[in-house]
Amino acid sequence: MGKRIGIENSIAAADAIRMANVDVVAAYPITPQTHIVEHLAELVANGELDAEFIPVESEHSAMSVCCGSVAVGARTFTCTSAQGLALMNEIVFITASMRLPVVMILANRSLSGPLSIWNDHTDVMSVRDCGWIQVFADNGQELFDHVFFAFRVAEDRKVSLPVMINIDGFIVTHMIEAVEYWDEEQVKRYLPDFKPVNVLHPDKPITMGAFGLPGIFSEAKKNQNEALLASKPHIMKAWGEMAQITGRKYAPVETYKLEGADTAFLTMGSFSETASIAIDKLREQGRPVGQIKLRLWRPFPFDELREAVKGIKNLIVIDRAISYGGPGGPVASEIRAAFYGEMKMPAIANFLCGFAGRDVTPDDFLKMYAKTGELLKGGKTIREEDYILYGVRE
Amino acid sequence: MPKPVPKSEFDLGWKDIEPGCAVSQPGNASQYRCGDWRSIRPIWDHTKCVKCGVCFIYCPDAAIHKNEEGYFEADLYYCKGCGICKQECITGCITMVEESE
Repeated sequence: MGKRIGIENSIAAADAIRMANVDVVAAYPITPQTHIVEHLAELVANGELDAEFIPVESEHSAMSVCCGSVAVGARTFTCTSAQGLALMNEIVFITASMRLPVVMILANRSLSGPLSIWNDHTDVMSVRDCGWIQVFADNGQELFDHVFFAFRVAEDRKVSLPVMINIDGFIVTHMIEAVEYWDEEQVKRYLPDFKPVNVLHPDKPITMGAFGLPGIFSEAKKNQNEALLASKPHIMKAWGEMAQITGRKYAPVETYKLEGADTAFLTMGSFSETASIAIDKLREQGRPVGQIKLRLWRPFPFDELREAVKGIKNLIVIDRAISYGGPGGPVASEIRAAFYGEMKMPAIANFLCGFAGRDVTPDDFLKMYAKTGELLKGGKTIREEDYILYGVRE
Repeated sequence: MPKPVPKSEFDLGWKDIEPGCAVSQPGNASQYRCGDWRSIRPIWDHTKCVKCGVCFIYCPDAAIHKNEEGYFEADLYYCKGCGICKQECITGCITMVEESE
């Protein structure tokens, strides 16, 4: 086991990428991702990391370089936020369809406008359907652990898909926390060398990224979707082995104080820890409230979610993004869809909050709990369009 | 040497596709059935044709070949029906006819 040290989470993440022995880093600096790539550039410049750091001219180029370097068999990392993700959008989809196992940390930030550099989930929700494996980390330790997880799963020859680690910008990236480092031996045991499924090499020429006519396109999409669905057991195995090596257990859906609960908060990312504090308070008051954390966003963990929600009457889904003119929060929309057609479905309240870094405190979660009680008073139901933009001034 | 029968995209199921739609066998452009694009096709009037081969030379897809009798004809697996052969034909022996449904 490595040392437990106090460190800024971004620096710890960069150290994890160094320990994963990455070959190529192609990234363009954008707040709040900056400290991760700046530290990587430093590590390369100091000779502490034997890798190519490619200072590209845009995020579109960053992801294009990543595709090229993975295609020749190099372990590859990139990192971005919000507008950077929007600029690389075209290649993000292509990376997945070409089954290129790039690893990206997305330091979640609000998509402009108004122009903002602060945290929410509007960036990740804009690439919900890009075909990447997408996980959420709540704190520095989870971010550190998931760097190794991401390379391991992405490069697994049975998976061969890009993996995106979502981490809340500033709220987690710029926080100094205690992070337990892995030692070299643990990394070696957990992360084998990268042996790509397809590799560009003059000795055995192949074509990557050819076009598909209407006659083959649907078959190609089914093939891609099945590949993402089939990644699940390998994701589970990677988490299982991490538990053996580090003692930390991760799951697609994690719960907190859910036993005997009739109401549960459903959260993703750094909200989860804040909500836990509110749940402790509510439990002290004798209220049966628990928490469900969605760690795996894609492939979506339908079975684990339905299992966790069994016995829950009211589910309070917190979204950090908005689908304008649509169903409110994208997460709540998917959660509702997951229960449609089930024999028993909880009432689902949806609060949209924490936009562009606005603080959401444990006290706010208590208020959302109370508000949900009001909404459901006298047997009333909550429809999809009844979402609430929490804390917005009139 | 007889040409291998190329597999059409319509003969492939989703499980036949390689990861990431990679094409691992080189030299397979000949399997690409661009004749599917065609809405009109060329026919030769042998009473006017002088077997000069201008159509063969101008065909941008090399889809025209000479048959045993020395007349030229289009390989409809590749012919896109562009009509360049008709345009260039010296005797006017080629007409483009609509493909039926």
